[in-house]
Amino acid sequence: MALSGIQIYKMLPQTNCKECGFPTCLAFAMKLAAKQVELSSCPYVSEESKKQLAESAAPPIRLVALKGAGAEVKAGNEVVMFRHEKTFYNKPGLFIHVKASDPDLAAKVAAADAYKVNYVGMDFTVDGFALVLDSDAAAAIQTVRGATKRPLILIGDAAALQAGLSACGGETPLLYAADASNADALAELAKGKAALTVKADSLEALADLTQKIQAKGVEDMVLDLGGKNLSEWLTRSTQVRRLALKANFRALGYPVIAFPCDAKDEGLAAAQAIAKYAGFVVLSEFKPESLYPLLVLRENIYTDPQKPIQVQPGIYEINQPKPESPVLVTTNFSITYFSVANEVEGSGLPAWLVVTDAEGMSVLTAWAAGKFDAERIAKAIKGFDVASKVAKKRVVLPGHVAVLSGELEAELPDWEIRVGPREAVDLPAFMKQALN
Amino acid sequence: MPLEIPKDKWPGSVRAVTIGAASADGGTRSKSITIGGQTTLPYLHFEAPTPNQPVVGIEIKSRRPEDWSTLLNEPWGDVMDDPAAWAKKAEEAGAGLLVLGLTLADSPEDAVKAVKSVLAASGLPLVVWGPGQAEKDNELLVPVAEAAKGERLVLGICEDKNYRTIVATAMANGHLVQARTPMDVNLSKQLNILISDMGMPKDRIIMDPTTGALGYGIEYGYSVMERLRLAALQGDAMTQFPMLVTPGYEAWKTKEAKVGEGVPETWGDWKTRAVNWETHTALALIESGADIVVLRHPESVARVKAAIAELVTA
Repeated sequence: MALSGIQIYKMLPQTNCKECGFPTCLAFAMKLAAKQVELSSCPYVSEESKKQLAESAAPPIRLVALKGAGAEVKAGNEVVMFRHEKTFYNKPGLFIHVKASDPDLAAKVAAADAYKVNYVGMDFTVDGFALVLDSDAAAAIQTVRGATKRPLILIGDAAALQAGLSACGGETPLLYAADASNADALAELAKGKAALTVKADSLEALADLTQKIQAKGVEDMVLDLGGKNLSEWLTRSTQVRRLALKANFRALGYPVIAFPCDAKDEGLAAAQAIAKYAGFVVLSEFKPESLYPLLVLRENIYTDPQKPIQVQPGIYEINQPKPESPVLVTTNFSITYFSVANEVEGSGLPAWLVVTDAEGMSVLTAWAAGKFDAERIAKAIKGFDVASKVAKKRVVLPGHVAVLSGELEAELPDWEIRVGPREAVDLPAFMKQALN
Repeated sequence: MPLEIPKDKWPGSVRAVTIGAASADGGTRSKSITIGGQTTLPYLHFEAPTPNQPVVGIEIKSRRPEDWSTLLNEPWGDVMDDPAAWAKKAEEAGAGLLVLGLTLADSPEDAVKAVKSVLAASGLPLVVWGPGQAEKDNELLVPVAEAAKGERLVLGICEDKNYRTIVATAMANGHLVQARTPMDVNLSKQLNILISDMGMPKDRIIMDPTTGALGYGIEYGYSVMERLRLAALQGDAMTQFPMLVTPGYEAWKTKEAKVGEGVPETWGDWKTRAVNWETHTALALIESGADIVVLRHPESVARVKAAIAELVTA
């Protein structure tokens, strides 16, 4: 658990020597608590204090990074139970389950690896592959590496994992999985070279096992919580997160791996895992219609609630508008902007899209919050000098804010105000029928 | 090593609310449903049992909807022309309650007729929505409330600009109200206060905090619902109402669900994607505290119900 500035101050020399660059030890302690300076700036701190401070500075959920042949995925380092309390940081990696014995291994990996889907201007991909070593491990890894650089989860017994690991030189894969029967052997194998999944029937047994493995020198672990249905998984995942964050319980302070591929409804199990604290998620196969909704859900849940994704207010040209092209107006919330821009773009119809500064809120939310009113819209129309670009002074309001049309007429007396459809998807039809 | 799992003890709880009245209680429903009553966060059985399961409602319309995705015509087909037949088919599809949406084209007589035919066709508890324009909502919902007196319908949708008439008629005729606010904790509380101040009994209010669909602002709805539920458990009386949300309506207006042509190939198979859009939106909201999710596609209903069955298993 993070220490306060006062708690840290008590561990410092309290001599106010100023060699750290701060006037007093207390000032330095405050900066340390805010994680704005390094403890190493203090030349006189005792070894004992160093150890204590390092422990307290360690994140309650360890950051585990899996490295492939040039790509990396991280999980852990989370600090809250609810996203509104701060934010969730490291998006769970989505891994596709493949088998070494599959004659189509190369093609399957290549297809999933090449997948790239765009959502509000961002490109999403799969994060890696969970490879079952059920035949020649070295050959399978060579095949996989011919098709992807992404990190791997290796699944198999100790002998297969050893063969697999030696074929993954320079990478940090995740080995699956250590339990009470093979913990010693797998700890030896993973030490310094791989992250190790740990599984047990209960959280108590799991905590015992991680401590035992840590004593063997393995730091990077991932927890498989089991759980035969949505309820059990939610319970265990919540309990582990609480133990780590609220009780600072180190033995379970590791990211969690979920296997929706074994669930009755894979899509919904994966959706739950993404919302409820998974660090790695293994999916049974690569299917865009299943993957895309999960990638979007992950992005939504992991969006920083303090910072909605915004686009720059301004006037956007879509499909090379001419002076007679219509003027559409919307807010600068990225999802709103992209919904509108994509529809108009897709229709092939030219338009001027005026994006107002609504503090990153959608049309209805911004309207309710007073951030998208006639005054602001008029200010944008004038501020971006829209009149100089168009021959016809006519502006189209989103249908949801039809109530603003009267006020906007008052604000923009020489403009014709039109009310468009409520949803972006209906814009092309509206532009074709109503704007000619 | 023995573990001490940190457990939350909350001073507050969510109010239990019953929708629909059977004959013994002055209505004609074959059964009523009770939602709410939680004393902890959703489905954390190690802290407290789940007193009432969340309910999946199916949305039907008084007239064939013109703007619904063609994917929805497939499972429903001809019954979309007849609200009574649609209600029956929705009940067969596993609905726990029905949500009948009236339209701008309905006269008060049409609205009453549609509601009565649905009540006669199915014994499920019923939510009735006005078409969504204040004057028209009031014009239709008042005669509906009177004609269905004592049925414990849920009348929607009350918003801060238009709630008085609906609340008054719900009070006079033994119904409940759906209080909708645009994804904001304080606005929810405020509307609940206004409705309570009119004298509406607190066990006859259901909150609709609004949500966005997956990809279209679900994170706002999700967090507002988590915060409302936390506030309720912390003892804030004006947030202690069960929550209804409309993932069906929201998901099926997204491009991802609504259309199959002219979309990126990387979105994959249309129908599977569309149903996923609805189910994923619904599941996320159920886990953040929804007591009623209103859906549209029968496959989504089946999947979400199966997920609920797992979640409520202790």
